[in-house]
Amino acid sequence: MIYRAPPADALLAEPIDAFTAVYHRPSGQTHLLVEPAPEILDALGRDGLTLAKLRAALAERYDLTEADDLAERLEELVAAGLVSAA
Amino acid sequence: MKVRVGPASFRVGSAWSQPLAQLRALYADYPPGDSVPDFTVRLEPTRPWRRWVRPSVAIAGDYMLPEAAPLPLAHALLAAEMAMNLQVALGWRRHLLLHAAAVEKDGRALVMTGESGAGKSTLAAMLMRRGWRLLGDEFALVDLHNGSLHPFPRPISLKNDSIAALAGEGRWGPELVGTPKGTIRHLVPDALALAGMNRQAMPAMLLFPRYGFAPATRAVPASEAFVRLTAASTNYANLGEPGFRALTRLVREVPTVAVDYPDGASALAMVDEIWG
Amino acid sequence: MTDARLLAAALRNPASTTALDGEGWTALLTMARAEQLAGTLAWRLAGLPLPAEVQDWLADAQAGAVQARRTALWEAEMARRVLAPLGTPLIMLKGTAYAAAGLMAGQGRQIGDLDLLVSRDQLAAVERALLGGGWEWVKPDAYDDHYYRTWMHELPPLIHRERDRMIDVHHTILPPTARPSPDAAALVASAEPLGNGLSILSHADMVVHAAAHLLADGDLAGGLRNLWDVHCLLTEFGGEGVDERAVCHGLLPQVMRAGRQAHALFGTEVPESWRKWDSLDRLIQRRVLARDGWGRAVRPATRAAFYVRSHWLRMPPGLLARHLWIKWRRGRA
Repeated sequence: MIYRAPPADALLAEPIDAFTAVYHRPSGQTHLLVEPAPEILDALGRDGLTLAKLRAALAERYDLTEADDLAERLEELVAAGLVSAA
Repeated sequence: MKVRVGPASFRVGSAWSQPLAQLRALYADYPPGDSVPDFTVRLEPTRPWRRWVRPSVAIAGDYMLPEAAPLPLAHALLAAEMAMNLQVALGWRRHLLLHAAAVEKDGRALVMTGESGAGKSTLAAMLMRRGWRLLGDEFALVDLHNGSLHPFPRPISLKNDSIAALAGEGRWGPELVGTPKGTIRHLVPDALALAGMNRQAMPAMLLFPRYGFAPATRAVPASEAFVRLTAASTNYANLGEPGFRALTRLVREVPTVAVDYPDGASALAMVDEIWG
Repeated sequence: MTDARLLAAALRNPASTTALDGEGWTALLTMARAEQLAGTLAWRLAGLPLPAEVQDWLADAQAGAVQARRTALWEAEMARRVLAPLGTPLIMLKGTAYAAAGLMAGQGRQIGDLDLLVSRDQLAAVERALLGGGWEWVKPDAYDDHYYRTWMHELPPLIHRERDRMIDVHHTILPPTARPSPDAAALVASAEPLGNGLSILSHADMVVHAAAHLLADGDLAGGLRNLWDVHCLLTEFGGEGVDERAVCHGLLPQVMRAGRQAHALFGTEVPESWRKWDSLDRLIQRRVLARDGWGRAVRPATRAAFYVRSHWLRMPPGLLARHLWIKWRRGRA
């Protein structure tokens, strides 16, 4: 399964203290994202990654602990329509 | 009957003459509506015979809610006011709409939003009496391009104890007893508010008032304000990107304070103190 | 008495509006909103020199249509993502299909629920996938459920719990109880993929469906909008092959009638053989135009006649009595 983020011009992100407000142009919906969601979108990019590769990519840049249930966060982004899985 | 309030104009039709006469009296000081109004409101019988038998007024117009309950003819003025609000809430696209009261002093606007019962209409009317310019007691209209507030000074809907608290000067509508929200009376905004209904003001402070609590103030983070204002907006989701831009700009640029107050007098004192 | 002829004329010939005064404009715009044709009117009148108040009104309607289109296309995409693993064709119907395919019928159109057509043998799998993907039943009511599954051409409506949008999943374009029985397999077999994992009906089937939707499937509420769809589809595709498809679905009389109704109100080009009016046509036109300048539905007797007729068309008489009785009893409870 490859997970992909929308193209950069599909999102309008405004960091507001506790979260990042993201306007998603194709849907017209606003999403309120907290760590590590914006980081996940950034790492996935348009070409997409598998879950294992995403974990590796994030581990290079951030301190990931077992408690960060990456698969669950990813499924939330899929359900919100911000990440497509195929 | 036609009337203009701030940027929006209305046409109201009724199956009965009494509500139109009441509306004409209430809106006597407002500019007449445009030749092509933005919204049509209809007060019509729920069933043809209910025009005469136990007259029952259905709220209808360009935009309707299927669950809107009809009102007895004695409350037809309230039905008209609700219907006009409904048109704006569901149909207005030229501003970001916040369910909020707003007043202005020295070119700076104070926006007060909160649940029904938070006391925003009463507070707005009290501040108007103290010389503030009333921008509106029901909706704050945020400009999508420059973030300013457009006045929308509809008659202030006062309930129960607030009516006596503000009794006195001004043009009042009839007392409507026994409505679903108790006794309601409409107070027409003063001459300053009506004369300035096309003059915008920049928002300087957002207030989340709560009535019936021990006095307390708390700075509200922009993120919390954002969440509460999306819930307090009737057209945020419909506006798409311009709405998002207007709202993020508002919460970033305008400080927000939550205010708990036990009564009107303390609320006024607290506003004075916060406003500085 | 004014009726929606004013609106039909403005859609047919936008320049006809130059003669309108304030009152005429007010009536036109109000009936356009009431008939869900505000965005369509805005599209038709774009570029004309118009009074400023009218321009503002039309700009709002146009922006509303853009938003409706975005939301509808996104809902289709979200359904596609959830249903893609089934590997079955997902055929969009009506407004979403017109918008996705960039058709004239989709210009400025208000779009409501997402209507999807799938082959009947996939219905259970589609239902399971949607329920697993965040959709839930709108009304958890055993009678309605039974009614839909047994007698209608669709699953009971589902709503997405986050996005609050409804989806209607059909396996054919008319209820099995309705007298014409369209060839559902042929609809699916001729569907045209758009290349994004979603399909639309073939052009001829689209015309047949629009006609069926207008005449065989309802009480003509929203009839003017549906008739405008028929007009746009026939204007864009022509009538080529429509007769044969209509015959294959048992809907030739409906297609001919929809065509001549569109011809009468919008000047749609239709074959000469479709144009002869029968005793019902005048009444249908009266019903379709039953809207006044205050946005009120007028001609109650005509509307009531079509309401009862619509149920006769959709259900065998015994079933109709049972259905109306149960609805009636529940309405009183």
